[in-house]
Amino acid sequence: MATATEAVEAVWRIESGRLVAVLARITGDFAAAEDLAQDALEVALRQWPRDGVPHHPASWLMATARHLATDRYRREVNLHRKLTLLASHAENATIEDPMSTVDHHLDTPLHDDLLRLIFTACHPCLGIDAQVALTLRTVGGLRTPEIARAFLVSEATMSQRISRAKKTLTRQDIAFALPAPVELPARLEAVIAVVYLIFNEGYAATAGEDWTRPELCSDAIRLARLLATLQSEQAEVHGMLSLLELQSARMPARRGADGTPVLLADQDRTRWDTLLIRRGLTALKRAETLGGGPYTIQAQIAACHIQAADIDGTDWRRIAALYTVLGHLTPSPVIALNHAIAVGMADGAEHGLYLLDQLQHDSSLANYPPLAASRGTFLRRLERHKEADDAFQDAARQTDNTASQQLYQRQRHHPEETET
Amino acid sequence: MRYLVLLKAHTVPNSPPPPELMMAIAALGEEATTAGVLVDSQGLQPSSAGRRVSLSRGQLSAADGPFAEAKELISYAVYDVRSREDAVQWTTRFLQAHHDLWDGWEGEADILPTFGPTDFTSLES
Repeated sequence: MATATEAVEAVWRIESGRLVAVLARITGDFAAAEDLAQDALEVALRQWPRDGVPHHPASWLMATARHLATDRYRREVNLHRKLTLLASHAENATIEDPMSTVDHHLDTPLHDDLLRLIFTACHPCLGIDAQVALTLRTVGGLRTPEIARAFLVSEATMSQRISRAKKTLTRQDIAFALPAPVELPARLEAVIAVVYLIFNEGYAATAGEDWTRPELCSDAIRLARLLATLQSEQAEVHGMLSLLELQSARMPARRGADGTPVLLADQDRTRWDTLLIRRGLTALKRAETLGGGPYTIQAQIAACHIQAADIDGTDWRRIAALYTVLGHLTPSPVIALNHAIAVGMADGAEHGLYLLDQLQHDSSLANYPPLAASRGTFLRRLERHKEADDAFQDAARQTDNTASQQLYQRQRHHPEETET
Repeated sequence: MRYLVLLKAHTVPNSPPPPELMMAIAALGEEATTAGVLVDSQGLQPSSAGRRVSLSRGQLSAADGPFAEAKELISYAVYDVRSREDAVQWTTRFLQAHHDLWDGWEGEADILPTFGPTDFTSLES
């Protein structure tokens, strides 16, 4: 049985974004809008379990926020009046009710408001952690305890992070506005980075027993779908969406019946999610039509995997080429590592091993388990078993993730298994 | 989690659906698609256009529609949402629109969680 609170929270996930967005446009103040929206939610949490969910919850929430705003405005006018009396000025303060135009605003298109909301929540004056928290809270409609749980911090910490972020926006007088055209590419890149970070946080927790925290992945995908509608002419938005849909499509096969991780090579591909594959490939086509970029290339790589019958039937040569291009656009040791793996799969283990050994001098990969594990795989293929065992032992030592440790240990003891 | 919503009607007024309802349904669909929660949906033709294959007492048979049930399947929708209650709320809006805009229409919607593919834990413990 669903509780009334669950019903309120569900309505909130649906309504939070546009409620805050419309309120912020009217007041021009993100923090005040967020406060008002949260206060309206508190009223709903008190009343709905008693009276039932109203027939038109969106209008109810907006009307309630409006009443709260009017109350607050009256209190402030009264306070102002009293202060002026104290200061011996008898004239009445008259300020126009800022919420009087709310009904008119409700009828105007919401897409731009939602975009403003996203760009404000992901404003570069905030740290990335704060951007993530504000985005999940306002656009995603998650409540603070849920966000705290997802990011493995206490509620108090998350709550502070959010209120500090709101204060920063107010203090720096950040307008609730779309970025100027000249700023748009950089600002959009920041938004995409926030969504991608949320996804990755869910996809691979770096520590602990949880192999995936899939709810965050789903939250990120929904955000990406929203962004792809709101910024439908931007290639990389579709590229990122495609990447997330395709990576999620593989998720059901990433864990075996006993809960342990299953590597790509060993995954039961019939468990890949065909609906997400179809959506991912559609988004990729759109991204390619619009021009592409680093996320699009990563989606193209994911598409190579998703369309292959098995690991040996994968177009590794194309994947290696795509990693070469990606490495030029956004050079990084991890991309170089993935390039080396693809080359090894395309041209033979000794070629892969040669490239991997070049990377061993890169200090940023010194304790990166996938490097040792990939060496182990290629060494195993070359039947250099003792060195392969040592490499997997290194990989297991380098990770804090229990599931990954077990995985690497298994590779060490079962030489017939391969990893890519 | 992913949910299949099956909409069924048991009382349909003689008048055609009002254009306001069609607009409301379209707007709702667009809103849910934009929000990233509606991942698939289609309206269904009347069962008179359909055919049914059955297996009964060891016999396979096929028969033309309409099917005998009092309820006609109207449409299906697939929602990708955080909780079952989210799917309930989206569906409630859909029925609320019928209530507000098409007098006399009666029906119901079943909301069914799908097994896998995004359901990572329920069966694996």
